[in-house]
Amino acid sequence: HQVLRIKTKNEEEVKQLQLLESLEHLQLDFWINPSAPALPVDVRIPAASVQSVKAFLESQGIQYSILIEDLQDVLDKERQDMAESAQRQRSTSSFDFGAYHTLDDINAELDQLASEYSFVEKIQIGQSYEKRPLYVLKFSTGGSNRPAIWLDAGIHSREWVTQASALWIANKIASDYGTDESITSLLDKMDLFLLPVANPDGFVYTHTSNRMWRKTRSKIPGSICVGVDPNRNWDAGFGGPGASKNPCSESYHGPSANSEVEVKSVVDFIKNHGNFKAFLTLHSYSQLLMYPYGYKCTRPDDYAELESLGRAAASSIRSLYGTTFQVGTICNTIYQASGGSIDWSYDNGIKYSFAFELRDTGRYGFLLPANQIVPAAQETWLGLKKIMEHVRNKSS
Amino acid sequence: RAMELPPGHFSAARAAAAAVGYLRYLRGGPGCGLRLRELRRARRQDIDDVGHKYYLDLELEDVLDKDRTVSCTAEVLYHLGSKTSAPDVQLTVQGELRSTEEADKEFYNRMRSLEKELVAENIPDSHGNVPPELEPIHLLAWVASGYVIWQNSTENTKFHLAQVKHVQQVKRNDEDLQFDFVLLLHEMVSQ
Repeated sequence: HQVLRIKTKNEEEVKQLQLLESLEHLQLDFWINPSAPALPVDVRIPAASVQSVKAFLESQGIQYSILIEDLQDVLDKERQDMAESAQRQRSTSSFDFGAYHTLDDINAELDQLASEYSFVEKIQIGQSYEKRPLYVLKFSTGGSNRPAIWLDAGIHSREWVTQASALWIANKIASDYGTDESITSLLDKMDLFLLPVANPDGFVYTHTSNRMWRKTRSKIPGSICVGVDPNRNWDAGFGGPGASKNPCSESYHGPSANSEVEVKSVVDFIKNHGNFKAFLTLHSYSQLLMYPYGYKCTRPDDYAELESLGRAAASSIRSLYGTTFQVGTICNTIYQASGGSIDWSYDNGIKYSFAFELRDTGRYGFLLPANQIVPAAQETWLGLKKIMEHVRNKSS
Repeated sequence: RAMELPPGHFSAARAAAAAVGYLRYLRGGPGCGLRLRELRRARRQDIDDVGHKYYLDLELEDVLDKDRTVSCTAEVLYHLGSKTSAPDVQLTVQGELRSTEEADKEFYNRMRSLEKELVAENIPDSHGNVPPELEPIHLLAWVASGYVIWQNSTENTKFHLAQVKHVQQVKRNDEDLQFDFVLLLHEMVSQ
């Protein structure tokens, strides 16, 4: 595959490229889409289409240069680098929680945790659009269908600090059970279900093609655009304000509620379980701790308790490194947004529904340096723990 | 007449983002990267036939000099019904921002001494890394994006610079430095 950089000189040429964009059989992957003459257009072209695309550009007099001669070479080198690093990690038999990992490495670590701890089990709750398994770690020290806590990360794939933090948190809980009083008393009463990569297709895409990808990777009938915003796809005010009906939008809500298998799998799992008491979800960035509602700007019935618990959790977060999180409803704090997961869980009887937006506040944004993963995970864990302790106390 | 806003309210955060964009455009540079550390206070005034005006108390820091903070008051006026004009921003910085004359000169000389024009991509990279020698370019991108963000801000937007996709130094015959940037902006509200 080659990656070309195309320099358009005028609107006419931009239109020609947009025409090219619509020809699905060429399987072109635009890293920068044609929009205005002044901006370069970067496009990845599969080997089979390279000659015909170049011929088209040349016949139209459209200038281009080769950005990446052979994408496979670049990917091979990157894969080699990562394999070497993985080798180093495996040979020291420890997973580097302070680094970003591929989906395969994350899944391997889930297996590792499940094999190392008797109360940790890896279960599959479904599969993604592109047929990747959705793996959940179940933490359970016994009982039968105990009251449970749900925690997910990475529903928006570009928010890399969340999947990375989820791994750290999984390891923290597993290794501290039996020695940390709080975790021990929590797991002695309740089960915890952790989904570290809620959107594996999107996550793989951020590694292979577009680091800024947010949505799922489902094909939309009738559109050249791909993917649905999985946090606008839940059945809570679905299709309302703050979500787009345009498939090309970052906040496209999808053809219908739960149309995304990644969302439906979680909904079905939680409904079938029937005994969840808390629903917690990790996003980045902005440093916010939010509770319902997003789809409407009215306060939830449990406003006072959720606000108070949110503040206590934010205070715990701040105690470690001074990182401040704003607390409030989604609608007041960030924007009105329909079809969100914690609105669904709250309206389905799961009172303790919170959404976290982790570090930072925009300096690096989605591209948070790896050396901040562990501090972010550590402080976030304190906030989660505060909420879980409260839920445990209320569930006795 | 001005209504107090909770600093955690989205409207205050959006106005602050516009103000910081404008400030970066005015005062940023290769040796100075200003960011908002805290929004201390926010008020809003609805002015008939004019628009909405936000009064903000900001605490800022230079990412290259994190031990120090600087206070700043900002007034951000979004014009009524205007989809094409930038908000008016008035800023008063209390106290001094540290001098970047040395750092700017060093950057200038370093760029002038390069054999070939600078080209770079993906700053920061996927893992958040910025090579130290590219940090001044990164901060120049903040200046450029600050202008674009200010010019395009409304009460319904909150822009951040997500990544420098590409930067190309442009060869010139005079003594000025010129860089062409392709920037990725993240708009929070419409995502």
